Amino acid sequence: MDIQLNGKRMPVAAGITIGDLIREKGLAPTTVVVEHNMTIITAADLDQITLKEDDALEILRFVGGG
Amino acid sequence: MNTENATDFLTIGGQEFDSRLLIGTGKYPADDLIPEIVAASGSRIITVALRRVDFAATTDNVMQHIPDGMQLLPNTSGARNAEEAVRIARLARAIGCGNWVKIEVIPDYKYLLPDGHETVRATEILVEEGFVVLPYINADPVVARRLENAGAAAVMPLGAPIGSNRGLTTREMLQIIIDDIEVPVVVDAGIGKPSQACEAMQMGADACLVNTAIASAANPVTMAGAFAAAIRAGRLAWLAGPGVVRAVAAASSPLTGFLYEQE
Repeated sequence: MDIQLNGKRMPVAAGITIGDLIREKGLAPTTVVVEHNMTIITAADLDQITLKEDDALEILRFVGGG
Repeated sequence: MNTENATDFLTIGGQEFDSRLLIGTGKYPADDLIPEIVAASGSRIITVALRRVDFAATTDNVMQHIPDGMQLLPNTSGARNAEEAVRIARLARAIGCGNWVKIEVIPDYKYLLPDGHETVRATEILVEEGFVVLPYINADPVVARRLENAGAAAVMPLGAPIGSNRGLTTREMLQIIIDDIEVPVVVDAGIGKPSQACEAMQMGADACLVNTAIASAANPVTMAGAFAAAIRAGRLAWLAGPGVVRAVAAASSPLTGFLYEQE
């Protein structure tokens, strides 16, 4: 199935949780913030939410800035 | 530590800081310079930006370079209106590094000038939600007043367009803001040299935020130290109270007892 991840359409495994997707991308869940269908997801809930077709997921983190 | 620093704290959002230099984390030649720059600057407050993770790039995490104990000031760069700024601020807070936010609402990419109206709207919403809000603004005393009334913890007027290193091109409006606004005034953006930061402090600014001028220096660590010294000097000069400016000369030595005088 496909989701919209950081503005790009991409395939993910059916039934994958947000937490698994983050780890699959090589990221530590504590270093990112996640917005799922415009709702901010707390770290504790990342493994509770299973992605569905057409979900919009934003995974962000701090970068250098002024 | 200087004795004057022991009592002359910068107070923002109920917290006291023994440095009046805020620094950024953008545009350094390498992010692993950040700890040295923090140490040389003496800064206690440091800005970061929030961006989508780039899964294709192997960028490391800027947070690992920021020393413990720094007050993190996430900005809302990339926001083009109040709603986007509020969304970014909420996301930044959710990372769990505190509730400070630098509101930055910039609808154009040529001059990168902030939108005062949208900045006020975002500030009203975020203050209501318990954020410590530091809005980046043009040097507009009317907008500064609106933000103060909206509950901003400080105002951050620009000296010149972001990243321009041009100094205090907004000097007269900055002075009005400094004179009329009660919350701390942090001159942000456009400061290119320590002498310009010193001047802002001599004018009575409470602090300066410097990123590009340090990051774009040939030696950023040395420049961070130069800014720290300049800001201390300017602050001391303001506390000392500069003497009167005169149109004509006033002798420093007595105008009596000259060798050539004959009775």
